[in-house]
Amino acid sequence: MNAAPIYLDNNATTRVADEVLTAMLPYFTEQYGNPSSIHAFGNKVARALKEARVQVQQLLGAAHDSEIIFTSGGTESNNTAIRSALQAYPQRKRIITTVVEHPAVLNLCKALQQQGYRVDYLPVDRYGRIDLDLYRALLAPDVAIVSVMWANNETGTLFPVEEMAEMARAAGVLFHTDAVQAAGKIPIDLKHTAIDMLSLSGHKFHAPKGIGVLYVRRGVRFHPLLLGGHQERGRRAGTENSAAIVGLGVAAVLAREALPYEMTAVKNLRDRLEQGILAQVPNVLVMGDPVNRLPNTTNIAFEYIEGEAILLLLNQHGIAASSGSACTSGTLEPSHVMRAMGIPHTAAHGTIRFSLSRFNTEAEIDRVLEVVPEIVRKLRALSPFWPKHQEAA
Amino acid sequence: MWDYSEKVKDHFFNPRNAGVLDDANAIGEVGSLACGDALKLMLKIDPISERILDARFQTYGCGSAIASSSALTEMIKGKTIQEALAITNQDIADYLGGLPPEKMHCSVMGREALHAAIANYRGESWHDDHDEGTLICKCFGVSSRLIEETIRANGLTTVEEVTHYTKAGGGCTSCRTAIEEILARIASSREPQPAGKESAPAAPVLATRPLIEKIRRIEQELAAIRPLLARDHGDVELVDLQGQTIYLRLTGACSGCQLESITLSSIQARLQKALGERVRVVPVREISPAAAHCTP
Repeated sequence: MNAAPIYLDNNATTRVADEVLTAMLPYFTEQYGNPSSIHAFGNKVARALKEARVQVQQLLGAAHDSEIIFTSGGTESNNTAIRSALQAYPQRKRIITTVVEHPAVLNLCKALQQQGYRVDYLPVDRYGRIDLDLYRALLAPDVAIVSVMWANNETGTLFPVEEMAEMARAAGVLFHTDAVQAAGKIPIDLKHTAIDMLSLSGHKFHAPKGIGVLYVRRGVRFHPLLLGGHQERGRRAGTENSAAIVGLGVAAVLAREALPYEMTAVKNLRDRLEQGILAQVPNVLVMGDPVNRLPNTTNIAFEYIEGEAILLLLNQHGIAASSGSACTSGTLEPSHVMRAMGIPHTAAHGTIRFSLSRFNTEAEIDRVLEVVPEIVRKLRALSPFWPKHQEAA
Repeated sequence: MWDYSEKVKDHFFNPRNAGVLDDANAIGEVGSLACGDALKLMLKIDPISERILDARFQTYGCGSAIASSSALTEMIKGKTIQEALAITNQDIADYLGGLPPEKMHCSVMGREALHAAIANYRGESWHDDHDEGTLICKCFGVSSRLIEETIRANGLTTVEEVTHYTKAGGGCTSCRTAIEEILARIASSREPQPAGKESAPAAPVLATRPLIEKIRRIEQELAAIRPLLARDHGDVELVDLQGQTIYLRLTGACSGCQLESITLSSIQARLQKALGERVRVVPVREISPAAAHCTP
């Protein structure tokens, strides 16, 4: 218990990279100018923001830096994108999304339903996959926008958003993707896709919290969510969060440089963890799409035990992970993602998500592999269902 | 993560009496895999003295479910059946130094398992919630009987509380109206009955009175604050309490004082500390009767 903590909850948030913090600090002290001001104080900051915009543009492979709008984070970007489309096409009263979106999209859609919009929620199969034929059938000229996440936060499952965007374009429908979990973890090259809008959040890839981006393809009709000053070319009012924007720019550069590492070394660590658990612990299931998946995420269901209890014991060993179990959130049912995939009830309450970053090491993974089987044994020894299962087996 | 008490953590990390009791003569099983928690309670009861000689448990569930089970076995060992049956879910929570409100259903599950085990010992058929009474919550299989008992025993007043204590209404939420009806029925039965009416149902004996207890604590704290206000020729009075909101009236020199907001925020901080929960203090001003309907 005295060993250094092991952080495997990077889909929740990440540590700010040292280079990011260093780059940000002057913008709290000597570089405090308002980028909109004419004087030298403002000018310097305006130039720094311009550089950060280009850095984010390069991470996303966007055609123009003017397509990048800085926001407060993923939630604001998602809200802006969907509401913008509804305002841009007032005669269209439909939205297509999925049942496994983040609450930042789902709860907005629920609120819009109350206002009279029709929302189609695409279901997913046992592996968290969408039926593209069903999607194609739903596309129609009265759809204002499609919003589908690039990667699912709980399982890491990747949706074929590039293909789905092409289909939307062919049907004359705007396509938005919530790429909060994907940006910085997989290659993105927007100029070669039909994606019209994309949300990302800085704190998921080692920038600070409170900064995000909405990408809006040039030529897409846009209506701002926040009205006020002329910042961000009138598309997002409010004095820019300059320090965080500079930090996001540096984080984007670092993420782009680290992408090959993410796709190989981080993925190998994730696979080592997953394979290790599958080899040592009976009655475990890997959640989500085993093939099309973020390189850093594994979500494992431990049958006959409950997720919060597992997390508490992991925490006792200094290991941070998360769970889709009901008990961790104070709700009474497993997460909407687990329910949507229809996973067996023996496993639904026992899912644990391990999400890695480039800061994790092999030694850390090996220590987790020492601890997990012991924790599962302890809880199964307490569970009334484990002996029943063993008798039956 | 939950803010569990040290006692909850201790009973979770070091559960007492976990495992199978081979010579058990009373077994109670409640909950299910689908519900997310389940408890199998095994007792050895001396048939002559009807004393519980030993108790063990197996629990599937979260930290507080395991801790509640462990606490329950410690509480009932050595007690007679009659003594054990007097234990309420609040007693289990108190033994653990309190449970988060959202986790109170863990203590209710403990009490249910105890009643099931004793019924099993007596050869009575203990009905699971699915069978007895009207099934109110279909997601978690909660009967009107359990909901009513829990409302009465814990003085619950809102649907949210009922969900925290019994899980009912925590799934598809379609039974919330039915729960509201039960709450309304019990609330009306708590109204004072006209004197001399023999047939009036006996007032339920509440194990705890959270609301009254809360008001008492607020009054105690205000009494301690009063001398400080009196120095500036002011006074404070409790007007109403609605959930987490405490309505206070500042009188004398305090009312309308420029420092009123500072006074109120320090009172709020003290009340928060005294009650151990987040509360909001709202000042109530003297108003003319004509404007009364405009107040919140």
